[in-house]
Amino acid sequence: MVERSAVAASRSGPALLAGPWIWPLLLALLLIAGAIALLAGKFPIGPQDLLRSLLARLGLATPPAPAVDTVLWQLRLPRILAALLVGAALAAAGAAYQNMFRNPLVSPDILGVSAGAGLGAVLGIFLALPMAMVQGLAFAGGLVAVGAVYAIAGMVRRHDPVLVLVLAGVALGTLLGAGISLLKILADPYTQLPTITFWLLGGLNAITLTDLGYAAPLILLGLLPMVLLRWRINLLSLSDEESAALGLHVGRTRLLLIVAATLMTASAVSFTGIIGWVGLVIPHVARLLVGPGFSRLLPASLLLGASFLLLTDTLARTVASIELPLGVLTALVGAPFFLYLLARGGKTA
Amino acid sequence: MNAPGHVLEARDLSIGYPGRLVGSGISLQLEAGEILCLLGPNGSGKSTLFRTLLGLIPALAGEVRLGGQPTRRWSRVQFARYVGYVPQGHVSMFPFTVEEVVLMGRSARIGRFATPSARDRQVAAACLESLGIAHLRERVYTEISGGERQLALIARALAQEPALLVMDEPTASLDFGNQLRVLARIQQLRDQGMGILLCTHQPEHALQVADRIALLKNGELRHCGPALEVATAERLAWLYDLDPDVVRASLPGLFDHRRRKIKHETE
Repeated sequence: MVERSAVAASRSGPALLAGPWIWPLLLALLLIAGAIALLAGKFPIGPQDLLRSLLARLGLATPPAPAVDTVLWQLRLPRILAALLVGAALAAAGAAYQNMFRNPLVSPDILGVSAGAGLGAVLGIFLALPMAMVQGLAFAGGLVAVGAVYAIAGMVRRHDPVLVLVLAGVALGTLLGAGISLLKILADPYTQLPTITFWLLGGLNAITLTDLGYAAPLILLGLLPMVLLRWRINLLSLSDEESAALGLHVGRTRLLLIVAATLMTASAVSFTGIIGWVGLVIPHVARLLVGPGFSRLLPASLLLGASFLLLTDTLARTVASIELPLGVLTALVGAPFFLYLLARGGKTA
Repeated sequence: MNAPGHVLEARDLSIGYPGRLVGSGISLQLEAGEILCLLGPNGSGKSTLFRTLLGLIPALAGEVRLGGQPTRRWSRVQFARYVGYVPQGHVSMFPFTVEEVVLMGRSARIGRFATPSARDRQVAAACLESLGIAHLRERVYTEISGGERQLALIARALAQEPALLVMDEPTASLDFGNQLRVLARIQQLRDQGMGILLCTHQPEHALQVADRIALLKNGELRHCGPALEVATAERLAWLYDLDPDVVRASLPGLFDHRRRKIKHETE
């Protein structure tokens, strides 16, 4: 009885936590995650060191030991910024994908963007191309993959379109995975293979401030249409016919948002490697917190995604004596959650 | 609403898709404050005709005029400002609130990158009010009853501030009470001056609300005229490939009632 009422409460969507105080709460979560990430690690730094270093920057205290400053601002800060940026980008892209494909179980991974970007990047590494080319190939691969999935789903009109999308995505993902495996076998086992393997597992350890300088503008560029269309994107969760009758240019709007979400995913993934599940799980949690309206869902996804990836990455570099691949940890959290959503979705339908 | 000419006029319309003609020679008119009900068996071309009238697919030949204006070059926004479309109630959607659903009807009235303003919220509230579902504003659309959902979708169409409403089987899959409630609201909208085109599979509903009835069979529009004249047992039998006696036996109330009415009028 108690259980049933709890389920009913969680289903009454926007009412769950939708107060204006949800925003300070999400911001506080982000700040706490940031502080933990700054303080956690092999090099011992206490809160007083952090405070002193911050005050010293403002000229209000004597600086701590130089090593503390170096670890804080040159090692940990870039990585924190990367986690925030990538987590926010993946979550926002996932939220957009879910809205425009009318399905809370769709994510960049399922539509093959990640696999496509993966094949593009692996091809770039295999051909020993410069970093910019690798990133370009990753982006192109992601776009081609989601375009192909979308085109296939558009051609198959006899079945449930959502089912076709997911199945086409899975099939194409497997195909791209085969391409990646082939390149791994062909790659030089001493120079290229470790890079490829590491890239495919995903991680933030190799990312530099220069990389961020490349990725951030692309991610912000992808974010721009989402911010501008933050209300109109809701109409895409109706049937195409309905949203067209409401005055929306369905094809044009969806295409713009697909390109934007793919740009965000591909530019994040091309620097960090494949980090799955963030784009599926975070928008869903955000929707439970603030409801499905995209103008609330987008900032909530950005904040939650940033916090989630930062906490996961902090865990990845501190929990064991060796660093755990970030993609492995996000999968450990994401896959069970996906199964939970499937089971729950079956009941509500 | 003060536009000259018929609210809706189709002239010698051919409907269909590239390479597949669904219907041709379709002409009809609809005035403000009038309900025209389309009856037709499955596959008769009702959906295709609706899509064409809504500008979702181009007419293969002929012309659709809205408010006296030819619509061939109309943008999606122009259509949405003139015609409100009410689809069949559905559930597969994210848990938007009823207010959010109704606000989507403002899409064609606000800027491309804008979000609904306080005035849009007022319009949405007024639309909910006029349909008697103001109390549902904060409720989650996926959790209300089928009849309430249908009314919410009508409210969304009203939020477009249209001169014409096009409704696809507004009473389908509703229980008896909700059917009557929705039909009463549709009549009320007609009385407020709205032009309404709807289709239904229930002739008794057509007779209950429609001023005129048109019969669509195999893509041809026949017998468009006053409801009581068109929906005779013989014509319904023709429309649905039935025997007239079967129709009479299945809808006894309808035809008994009408006999009394005609008798009463002749006396």
